Amino acid sequence: MALLSKKDANLIKDPLADNNPITIQVLGICSALAITAELKASVVMAIAVMFVLGVGNVVISAMRNIIPSKIRIIVQLIVVATLVIVVDQVLKAFAYPLSKTLSVFVGLIITNCIIMGRFEAFALGNGLWRSFLDGIGNSLGYGIILVIVGFFRELLGSGTLFGYPVFGDPIEKTGLYAFGYENNGFMIIPPAALIVVGIIIWVQRTRNPALVEEN
Amino acid sequence: MAINTDKNVYTVVFAAVMVIVVGSILAFLATGLSGRINENMRFEKQQNILYAMGVNENVDEGSVNFVPTDVVEDEFSQYITEQIVIKGDEVVDNSEAYLIDMKKQLALAKKGETPELPLFIGEKDGKKFYVIPMYGKGLWDDIWGYIALDNTMVVQGVFFDHKGETPGLGANINQRYFMDDFSGESIMSGTRYAGINVAKGNNDPLNNNKEDNEVDALAGATITGNGVSAMIKETVNLYKDYLKTIRTN
Repeated sequence: MALLSKKDANLIKDPLADNNPITIQVLGICSALAITAELKASVVMAIAVMFVLGVGNVVISAMRNIIPSKIRIIVQLIVVATLVIVVDQVLKAFAYPLSKTLSVFVGLIITNCIIMGRFEAFALGNGLWRSFLDGIGNSLGYGIILVIVGFFRELLGSGTLFGYPVFGDPIEKTGLYAFGYENNGFMIIPPAALIVVGIIIWVQRTRNPALVEEN
Repeated sequence: MAINTDKNVYTVVFAAVMVIVVGSILAFLATGLSGRINENMRFEKQQNILYAMGVNENVDEGSVNFVPTDVVEDEFSQYITEQIVIKGDEVVDNSEAYLIDMKKQLALAKKGETPELPLFIGEKDGKKFYVIPMYGKGLWDDIWGYIALDNTMVVQGVFFDHKGETPGLGANINQRYFMDDFSGESIMSGTRYAGINVAKGNNDPLNNNKEDNEVDALAGATITGNGVSAMIKETVNLYKDYLKTIRTN
């Protein structure tokens, strides 16, 4: 990353590992549980959040000196909501099939606590460029967990990836299913995501004991 | 230039300006794009209706492929030979029947008033299709669709869609492996207009039995499935009187 100074590069790198918004800060966990039954939905959600967080961080950062502190949360909320509506309308006008796929996710972005969290914790106190990088970094960190969880849930729950069968046909009993393999229906329901996220957190903390809180 | 952002006056002025700015942006955007959005929605309706009667670009058994938007208008007027609106005993032709909002009509029907019910008569390869729009409730939000019948009340094809069902579960009502099961099912049980039930555990996952008024449900989507059953039943009930006039068996 010769383009970025070491400090700036860390804005991107940290959220991917040791300061991950989902596994370390436990933010945005609701959408990570709700929409990761399919890999495609995970990827789409990650991209949508990246746009909103990247642009939103810049907007908040640009206004950071003029936002009245008493109503700053409301202002942040309005910025997110506006961006989400803009995305939704533009998609409906120019990429209608895609907007159908996204449907609920676009609206769900408003409730994603990572976005408000980064506005509040970072964009309000930092310049435009750094805020932008922070937004991209955090949405990547969020996205990578979504994709990992989506990968395992779709693979084990439905036997497919991006909708394409991986293990064969469960009804015609071909491929792996011929040997008695069954899809695990439990993986499709939201509690399974909690378990997968839990395992990721476990692996991450085992690899880096510094992350474990002391009691 | 340092501004005292803690003053009440400043806060109020800031809020007011923000509301005006954001409001203008959104209003501007909405008016600017509404033409295109409405056009997209109109094409989508035409695509859905054609899809139900088997006019689509499906190549394999996996994905739903509509007629492309640039030709859908032509294909629609080519295949849909008649659009009618049924109001009580009256049946009138209306070339914009497909734009009628089923949700409003169902609400009217619930209030005991006479709804205006659209029905599309299509012709493909010399065969007549009667395409009926449907509207109902899933788990989280609205679900809707189209069902194409022939004159023996056997389903020729369906299309379902939804506003916000759970991805991976109820949202899969718009997938081929769910919709394709309906083809060949009869909505009649003897002489009764029974509709089609989305049934759990009917021991017929491949849907070989086309006489049972049942298709196999989606795992983990009980309420969405029940919504589909209810929607079909309600629609069949509403259109029953007209269907009686076209039924030949």
